Amino acid sequence: MALLTVDKLNLNFAGLQVIKDLSFSVEQGSIASLIGPNGAGKTSVFNCLTGFYKPGSGRIDFDGRAITRQRPHRITRRGMARTFQNLRLFKSMTVLENVMSGMHCRTRAGAIGAILRTGSQRREEREIREFCESCLEFVGILGEKDRVASNLSYGTQRRVEWARALATRPRLLLLDEPAAGLNFDEKQRLIGLIKRIRDELDITVLLIEHDMGLVMKVSEMITVIDYGRKIAEGNAQQVQSNPKVIEAYLGREEDEEP
Amino acid sequence: MSFQDILLQQLANGLILGSFYALVALGYTMVYGIIKLLNFAHGDLYMLGAFIGFVVLSFLSAFLGDSWTGILCSMVLSMIAVGLLGVLIQRVAYQPMLSAPRLSILITALAVSMILANLVMALTDGEYLAFSTDLGYDGLELGNVFITYTQMVLVGAAAVLMIALYLFVHKTMYGKAMRAIAIDQDACRLMGINVNRIIALTFFIGTSLAASAGIMAGTYYGSIHFFMGFVVGLKAFTSAVIGGIGSIPGAMLGGLLLGLLESYGTQIPFIGTEWKDVFSFGILILLLVFKPTGILGKTEIERM
Amino acid sequence: MTSPDSISGAANQADGSGGPLGWLESQRNRLIVLSVMAAAAMLLPLIANNYVLEVMSNVWFYVMLCLGLNIVVGYAGLLDLGYAAFFAVGAYTTGILTSQFGVNFWLTIPAAVLFSCVAGIVIGGPTLRLRSDYLAIVTLGFGEIVRIIARNLEITGGASGLIGIEKPSIFGFEISQIAHFYYVFLILAVLACFVSYRLQHSRLGRAWQYVREDEDAAEAMGIDRVAVKLYAYVIGAIFGGIAGCFFAAKMTAISPETFTFQQSVLILLGVVLGGMGKIPGVIVGAFALVLFPEVFRDLGSSRILVFAIVMLVIMLYRPEGIWPAKKS
Ligand SMILES: Nc1ncnc2c1ncn2[C@@H]1O[C@H](COP(=O)(O)OP(=O)(O)OP(=O)(O)O)[C@@H](O)[C@H]1O
Ligand SMILES: [Mg+2]
Repeated sequence: MALLTVDKLNLNFAGLQVIKDLSFSVEQGSIASLIGPNGAGKTSVFNCLTGFYKPGSGRIDFDGRAITRQRPHRITRRGMARTFQNLRLFKSMTVLENVMSGMHCRTRAGAIGAILRTGSQRREEREIREFCESCLEFVGILGEKDRVASNLSYGTQRRVEWARALATRPRLLLLDEPAAGLNFDEKQRLIGLIKRIRDELDITVLLIEHDMGLVMKVSEMITVIDYGRKIAEGNAQQVQSNPKVIEAYLGREEDEEP
Repeated sequence: MSFQDILLQQLANGLILGSFYALVALGYTMVYGIIKLLNFAHGDLYMLGAFIGFVVLSFLSAFLGDSWTGILCSMVLSMIAVGLLGVLIQRVAYQPMLSAPRLSILITALAVSMILANLVMALTDGEYLAFSTDLGYDGLELGNVFITYTQMVLVGAAAVLMIALYLFVHKTMYGKAMRAIAIDQDACRLMGINVNRIIALTFFIGTSLAASAGIMAGTYYGSIHFFMGFVVGLKAFTSAVIGGIGSIPGAMLGGLLLGLLESYGTQIPFIGTEWKDVFSFGILILLLVFKPTGILGKTEIERM
Repeated sequence: MTSPDSISGAANQADGSGGPLGWLESQRNRLIVLSVMAAAAMLLPLIANNYVLEVMSNVWFYVMLCLGLNIVVGYAGLLDLGYAAFFAVGAYTTGILTSQFGVNFWLTIPAAVLFSCVAGIVIGGPTLRLRSDYLAIVTLGFGEIVRIIARNLEITGGASGLIGIEKPSIFGFEISQIAHFYYVFLILAVLACFVSYRLQHSRLGRAWQYVREDEDAAEAMGIDRVAVKLYAYVIGAIFGGIAGCFFAAKMTAISPETFTFQQSVLILLGVVLGGMGKIPGVIVGAFALVLFPEVFRDLGSSRILVFAIVMLVIMLYRPEGIWPAKKS
C-alpha cells in the first residue's frame, strides 16, 4: 500500500518551472530516495509535500487523504516530519528543548494549565521530557541534551534535527541530504540509523541524497528527477544502469544543452 | 459650487497632497527594496527637511528674498543636508543591525525616529513655526474652481523630481546596481559592485526626496511642526504599500491614489475630518490584510 | 527547563562569571535577595510619604503593563506599537460601566478581559500572518484608531474623557487612599510576574520561543504559528486590559491623551531597556521608566528624547538589555 502518492505535481516560480508533471509514490514501510543533480528541484518537492510551497497543480495524498496545499503544521500533525538541507535548529535553545518542539503537536496543555500547573499539565511535561530523551537516546546524543544547539559540531546538529523530527511521532520521515557534511564514520552510522528508524520505529523514510553509495545501500526504491521531471525510477540496479540517469549526472557526450 | 466644481477642486487638492505622499513614499520603497528595512525615521526626515529648509531660508531670504529663488536654493541645500543625515543614520544605526533579528532593527529605527522628532520638539519648544514666504495667492480661475500658481509649481516640481528619479533608476549604471542589489545582494558583491556605496546612495536619494516634500509642505501649508512627520510618514507608508512596496512607480501611483482618496473621502458625508485618519489607517490595515503586495508589487515565495 | 546552575560549568560567555550579579546565580542567594526585596516592598507604606507611594504605585503599574507587552515582544518576538490600545480598552470598560451604568467595579474586570480578548483577536487574527514589520505598522494604526474613536464618541466622553469613576471597595472596605492602591498594584505586579514565569516555562512559552527563533522550523515541527502568536497577543491584551481597569479606578478620571502612541512606545521602552523576554529585566526597565523622570525633574518634556537615545544605545551595544544574560 502506498503511504504517499504524488500525482502530476507542477510548481512555478515567476516563469521558472521547477517541478513538471511529477508523479511518484512511496510504499508503506519502505525506504525510498529522491535523487537528481543540483537544482533539479528535490528540495522543492519536499517543500510541496510539507506545505511550504503551494504547487500550481497536482495532487498529494498522504495516508489515504489529500494534503495538497494544506498548511505545514497540519501536515506534520498528520504524520509527516522533515529535516532541512541547511540546518534549521533553534540555535539559542538547548538540545532537549529543540527536540521538545517536536512533541508540541502531540500534546495539548494550554495557558490555564500552565498558569495553575495542574496535575495533567505536570504529567504531560514529564511525558514530553521522557519521550524526547528517548528520541535523543535513539540517535545517540542523549549526553548532549543540555548543551546549547549552536555550540555543537555539525554532525551533532544534524542528529538533533533527526531527533526533533522523530519527536513529532511521524509515519513518514523526509530527510533532506542527511549525509551532507558528515565524515565517513558518521555516514556508516547514518545508514544503520535509517534502517533502525524503519525497522524499530516502523517509520517510512524518504530521503534526498547526493552520496550515491549511501543511496544505493539503503533504498528499496529510487526516483530520479532532472529539471523537475521524473527521468527514471526503480531499485538501485535499474537506476544505475539507466542511460538517462547517467546522462543527467555526467552530461551528454557532446555536452549540448537540452 | 456645482458637483463638477467640487470634483475638480478636490482633484487639485488631492494631487498636491498625493505628490507629497508620493515623494515620501519613494524613500520608503527604495530603502525597503534594497535592504528590506522599514525605516520608521523616514517621516521624521521629511519633517527635518522642512525645518532645515526653514532655517536656511531665514538666512538666505536677506539675499534671495522669500520667493521662488530663495525657496529653491534652500530646498536644494536642505535636500543635501538631510540626504547626508540619512546616510549617517544608515551607517551608524542600521548597518550594524542588518544581521541582527528583525525585531532589533525595527526597534532601532523606532528609536531613531523618536530621537529626531523629540530633538526638534526640544529645540522648538513644541511650537508651530510660521513658514513665511511671499508667493502670493495668484492663480488660475476655472469656473468656480481656483488653483494657485503655488499649487501648480509644487505639483510640477514633484513631477520633475519623480521623473528624474525614474530616469536615474532605469537609465544609469547606479540605478541598475540598485535594482540588482534589491534582487541579490551577495551576487552583486561577487560581481564587484560596491554594495555599501549603493546602499548609501539609495538612502541619500530617498531621504532627500522626503526633505524636498517637507519644504514643499511647509511652503504650501505655511507652518511646520515637529509632529508633522508622524502622520505623513504613516500615510506615505500606506502609499508605498498601496503601490506595492519595493516598486518605484508603485510608490508614485500609491501616493497620488491615497491623496485623491483622502481628498474625496473627506467629502463623503459620514467621514468628517475627525475620522480622516481612521479612514486612512483603515485602508492601510485592510490593504495589508487582503493585498499586502499592493498594485504593482510582485508576490515572492520565500526561499526555504 | 533545566535550572541554569546545573550547567553553568559549560561557560561559553567570557564576561558572565565575574559580573556584579554573578553571585545571584546561586539559588540560595537569589532567595535571600528576593525575600529582602519582598519585605521592603510590603513594608514601604509604613515609612514612606504619599509622594513616594504614588511613584511606587506607578512603578508596579508599569511593571504589569511592561510584563504584558513582554509576552508579545519578548516571548513571541512581535513588535506591537499600539499596546496602549489594550490598556485603553480596559480603562474605558471600567470607566463607562461604573460611571454610566453603575456596575460594580469588580464586575467590570471580567468585562474588560472579554473586551481586550476580543480586541486582541480582531486585530491579531487577520494580521498575525503578516511580516513582522507590517505588523508593527498595523498595530500602530490600530492604536491610533482606538484613541481617535475614544476622542470622538459620546459614550467615551470625547476629548475630555470620563470623570467620576467610582473607587472600588472590597468586603465593605473602600480602596481610596494611595497606600491602599500601592498594595493593589503591588499585588497585580506580583501576579503578573507569577503568570509570566509560569507561561514562559511551559509548552506555550517554548512554542513562543520556537516561533521567535525560526518560524519555518517551528511550523515544520507542527506548531501553528498564527495560533501561537494569537495566544501571546491575547494574553498580552488581557494584561493591558486588567491594568487599565485598575488605572481607571485609581485615577477616577481618564482621557484619550493617556493612550497615545508615546504611551505605547514608553511601555515598549520599559521592555527593551531591561531586556526583552527576561522578567527581572522587564521589572528593572519599568523601574527606570518611572523613576528616571522623577529623579531628573528638570528634563521635563525632553525625557522622551533621553529615553529614545538610551533605547538606541541599548539596541546598538547591548541588545539583550541591561539585565545580564543567563549563562548557559
Ligand atoms: N522560493 C524560490 N523562489 C525562486 N526560485 C526557487 C525557489 N526555491 C527554489 N527555487 C529554484 O528552483 C530550482 C530547484 O531548487 P531546489 O532547491 O529544489 O533544488 P535541489 O534539487 O534541492 O538542489 P540541491 O541538490 O542543490 O539542493 C532552483 O533553480 C532554485 O533556484
Ligand atoms: Mg536541495
